[in-house]
Amino acid sequence: MRDGLGVGVAVGSFGLSFGALSVTSGLTLLQTCALSVLAFTGGSQFAFIGVIGAGGSPITGVATAALLGSRNALYGLRLAPALKVTGARRLLGAHLVIDESAAMALAHEQPDPHPDHDDPLRASRLAFWLTGLAVFFFWNISTLVGGLLGDALSDPSVYGLDAAVPAAFLALVWPRLKTRGMWGLAALSATVALLVVPVLPAGIPVLCAGLVAVVAALLPRRADTDPTLRSAAP
Amino acid sequence: MSTAAITWGVLATALLCYLIKLVGLALPTQVLEHPYVIRLGALLPVSLLAALVAVQTFAMGESLTLDARAAGVAVAVLALILRAPFLLVVVLATATAALLRAAT
Repeated sequence: MRDGLGVGVAVGSFGLSFGALSVTSGLTLLQTCALSVLAFTGGSQFAFIGVIGAGGSPITGVATAALLGSRNALYGLRLAPALKVTGARRLLGAHLVIDESAAMALAHEQPDPHPDHDDPLRASRLAFWLTGLAVFFFWNISTLVGGLLGDALSDPSVYGLDAAVPAAFLALVWPRLKTRGMWGLAALSATVALLVVPVLPAGIPVLCAGLVAVVAALLPRRADTDPTLRSAAP
Repeated sequence: MSTAAITWGVLATALLCYLIKLVGLALPTQVLEHPYVIRLGALLPVSLLAALVAVQTFAMGESLTLDARAAGVAVAVLALILRAPFLLVVVLATATAALLRAAT
């Protein structure tokens, strides 16, 4: 599956960055690998290490990570009819619900030329499991390698690695900035966060900025900010 | 903070992230399919990520400052406009900040 390999390489480079940045943010190699194995969701992992690296409390890190992980619940919602998993397989499958597996599953929902009439969504389900497992493998291997490389460096700021963290977040949000509405939301959120930095402990400003989204989601629906669950941004 | 505190944070993050994934698969659709929830799900990551970019670029403890990180992020913006892949964007930003610090 050439698709799978492409995703693997992308995930691998992503994981490499995570591993390196995590250890330079103050986590041990074990903690770093634990995050990739047990949390297994990129945006949340970067958020947690970002907060820790900036001196925020772990509690704030957990809250930020959890909020960023909320979209996985929406993926699960969308995938549940196709996956039809129950019991142990549901418990296992849940762990693999991430951007990539969801995107592949949704992409394969189109009827294929020789559909299995008893199970028309078989291609979608297969795509989900294969992608999920492949990503799990590449993500964790690359995290380990990145962590080992990061451990080999002495002073992060000398190597400019403190610029790597915001750059990574920027790269994560960039694909979602497709409309004027999204740009406006991003700009407003960033401004709100910066305004409260002098008065709130590290990490809290980001959570405050989340309130902008909470309010914005209440506003009357506009065509240019209609959400689409097909965005495959990590 | 202590390594132990971070470990608790790692485990708590892992648990919450897993439960969030499970919730989507396990709850009846009516609960999560409310239009507000779906909209929030699309807007929240953008809001949080944008804030993280800003704070990680300009915040230093409880004050704001302009330093080599901003130059790195500016280069990252350029790289993204030019459709560079993730790793290259991060590497360019890192190199920019490092070079700037070495030169000043």
